[in-house]
Amino acid sequence: MAEFPPDGPPLLGVPRRNNAPLNSFAGWQYLLIFSVVVVGMIYAAPNVFQPDPAIQIRALDQRAEQGGPSDAATNALLARMQTVFSEAGVTLKGADVEDDSLMLRVESDEAQLRAQRLANEALNANGLNYVVALASASTTPQWLQNLGGEPMSLGLDLFGGSHFLLQVNMDEYLERVVTNTAESMRDTLIDARIRFTPGRDWVTGNTIAIAFRDAASRDDARAALTDFQDFELSARDVDDSPGLRFTLTQEKIRALEDRAISQNLTSLRNRVNELGVSEPQVQRLGRERIVVDLPGIQDSARAKEILNKFANLEFRLEALPNARRSQIETYPYNGRDQEIMRRNIVTGNNVQDAKQSYDPETGQPQVNIELDNDGGRRMNGVTKDNVGRAMAILFIEQRPGVRKTEVDGEVVETFYTEEDRRLISVATIQSALGFSFRITGLGLREAQDLALLLRAGALAAPMYIVEERTVGAQLGDENIQRGWQSVGIGFVLVLIFMVFYYRFFGLAANIALTTNLVLLVAIMSVLGATLTLPGIAGIVLTVGMAVDANVLIFSRIREELENHPPQRAIQAGFDRALLTITDANVTTFFVAIILLSIGSGPVRGFAVTLAVGIVTSMFTAILVTRALVNLMFGGRKLESLKI
Amino acid sequence: MRTLQIDFMAKRKVALVLSVSFLVIAVLSLGTRGLNMGLDFTGGSLLEVGFSQEVDPEEVRGFLEGAGFNNGTVQYFGTNRDLLIRMPPQREVNQSGMGDEIFAALQSQYADVGLRQSNYVGPAVGDELAEDGGLALLTALIVVMIYILFRFTKQFSVGAVVALTHDVLIVLGLFSIFQWTFDLTVLAALLAVIGYSLNDTIVVSDRIRENFRKLRKTSPVDTINLSLNQTLGRTLVTSLTTLFVLLALLFAGGEVIRGFSMALSIGVLVGTYSSIYVAATTLLAMKISREDLLVPERDGEENADGSYP
Repeated sequence: MAEFPPDGPPLLGVPRRNNAPLNSFAGWQYLLIFSVVVVGMIYAAPNVFQPDPAIQIRALDQRAEQGGPSDAATNALLARMQTVFSEAGVTLKGADVEDDSLMLRVESDEAQLRAQRLANEALNANGLNYVVALASASTTPQWLQNLGGEPMSLGLDLFGGSHFLLQVNMDEYLERVVTNTAESMRDTLIDARIRFTPGRDWVTGNTIAIAFRDAASRDDARAALTDFQDFELSARDVDDSPGLRFTLTQEKIRALEDRAISQNLTSLRNRVNELGVSEPQVQRLGRERIVVDLPGIQDSARAKEILNKFANLEFRLEALPNARRSQIETYPYNGRDQEIMRRNIVTGNNVQDAKQSYDPETGQPQVNIELDNDGGRRMNGVTKDNVGRAMAILFIEQRPGVRKTEVDGEVVETFYTEEDRRLISVATIQSALGFSFRITGLGLREAQDLALLLRAGALAAPMYIVEERTVGAQLGDENIQRGWQSVGIGFVLVLIFMVFYYRFFGLAANIALTTNLVLLVAIMSVLGATLTLPGIAGIVLTVGMAVDANVLIFSRIREELENHPPQRAIQAGFDRALLTITDANVTTFFVAIILLSIGSGPVRGFAVTLAVGIVTSMFTAILVTRALVNLMFGGRKLESLKI
Repeated sequence: MRTLQIDFMAKRKVALVLSVSFLVIAVLSLGTRGLNMGLDFTGGSLLEVGFSQEVDPEEVRGFLEGAGFNNGTVQYFGTNRDLLIRMPPQREVNQSGMGDEIFAALQSQYADVGLRQSNYVGPAVGDELAEDGGLALLTALIVVMIYILFRFTKQFSVGAVVALTHDVLIVLGLFSIFQWTFDLTVLAALLAVIGYSLNDTIVVSDRIRENFRKLRKTSPVDTINLSLNQTLGRTLVTSLTTLFVLLALLFAGGEVIRGFSMALSIGVLVGTYSSIYVAATTLLAMKISREDLLVPERDGEENADGSYP
């Protein structure tokens, strides 16, 4: 049996000082507890400051501002907005210049909506130049911000906004990669005048197999096709002739998937950046899903429209009469059939920048396009040699859809893509083209969308919306209000009950409970956790359950009072309840962790608060209460104890 | 203060009959009526719309049928100015755009309609959420069982899991009987019920273990009775404070969180009962004895709770 000092076992491994009276902490122990509470208060404090409604203005194309996002440009923008607002009678509460954007604070939510409309009218009258987003500007004092104090961010159910879960269709993507690769291999071989056995299908599943007349051609081909690194190459006979096989291995598929997802992420980020949302979130989830959160978005239908939209351009030459049938395609154009080459000069993927504007002469919408280096050089090279020949622009649009069918009583989703290709212009090449030119022949909406999508970059793989949750701003406000109201009511009820039932000890428990709430909020803020409605429910539940530890201790003290003097009873009550409290909380903590790891969305929000709440409540119920009780009774001669 | 002396265990047959009949009803209802699964698990579209004045759900439903949205349900949500519209997954319709289409149709008919929330869950996602949820419940039960097996004995471990399963089944049964919507938040509540009821069960088990070690000559029934009486005050106070906050949530928290607070409130009531009757009765049924709980001498740590004889 281990030896303990006569006063009983130590509390949480802190050795009892010799000759110290029962139920007293050393000065440093009080100080430590006090410091934790103070630090907690500091980091919880930012949540008290209500953010200002604001609008955030960001230049869409930084190069449009001379010299990039310079202070001068931003200040000019600020001055301009001040004039616009003062003319319209909107009071500016303040303005902050951030990295690349301007944050303008206003008085109220109505003023915020008006300010957004005014800014849009002033800045975006001729084409989209600036993104004007609704935002909330922090009012946390600077010294708190310097300490890293940030309020908890609000989830979409409290702030309003849209959440989308997008499924990337990898099967379709891989199929397309294989087919496209086969085609460019064919082009490469034709260009290099390497003869392969014609007339057979190259693609089977994830393999491209090419047969050659003789081994020499095969070796030439092998040298010519070294650029196709996405495939695993093996030289084996195909149809009893010397051949090359290109196969997608699992490893290569993974790499392709990662690349597709990251390109989709980039494109999505660029797209949502233009939606007028101040803090959009775009993240990969698992192997083939992407989450898009758009807090505070006003027009979720518009967001949905551009999220998984695919529009692209292909520039091709008109077919010459002597072209082989396999090299041309036919599209209707102006009521006749237009034959164009199958091969692209450049595509929208070579576009560096695109902007919608209007043709100064006809007033028709047009898209101004700037090609990247590679695309510009190719365009220049091809057009230089083909002056007098016509060039066709093919507009491609894909609409992803989900089809539902019932199989054995269960609804099964199948994804499909509808593709629409049409010629929007066929014009004679007058002279060699360079890096920038303009495209006409589209409607306004099409031109706007095309410009946006070319600018954002194409999606590598098609995507489908598999989950959407949109909460209106009004419901969000109501949710916050109701949430905090129920926290308040529940909290007060518990406080009153505890004081009536346990007198001074109840008061100590109440202080501990309040501290618990402060610490919980502080930790959530520091962790950067997002507060959701289920999260608030978690806080409420923590309030209800956090008193449990104190109740356990106090009931134990009551029991011990039957056989021991007051000081000894207090001591025994705290010490003996400790094991029970730990056992009970550890298991509940496990449950919270399980919730956190398996659950999604609302369940996680709840689990985070529950888990953090368990940790803070153990600290406050055991140590804070103990400190208070010690301060009150420690070292005193007690004849009796009211509890 | 004197410890109460209620002979809980004398009534354990009554409690057994009560529990078993509740469970039978719950399981029967779950088997025949099933759960009214929410959008999270079934997939489909759901819209909450608000009007500036009172509106008749039947009329709106009729209008939507006329506009080509069939088999939907329309009901009041919280007030008689708010409606909840649910559309099951439909064939050959691009479902992810359906919420917008429904709202656009409503706007053309009712000028004062406002969108409060709109949700769409694809069937594949719904299935996954249901699967993950079931997995979470099961994992929680298993982890709890293992932890208690280590900290206590197998009798306690079985007792706790029987009690938890009992609580979860009864809450599920009530959701099935009254056909309340079972969604993700209710699932979270169920897991919280597991956490809460476990808390209760462990506190009681802890005391039972302590008393078994301390009291040499008392019969198991008396030891358990004494332990239940000693912990009764704490059990009731904690249940009461938890119920305070839950009722606050239930009545002030709004419609969105109603299912959650309902499930937890029921869970806390049932959990309080089960920690007294179900867990303890299981211990007796499994013939718990003092010998099961004696700890080898070397385990000095155990002294910390002062529970050595």
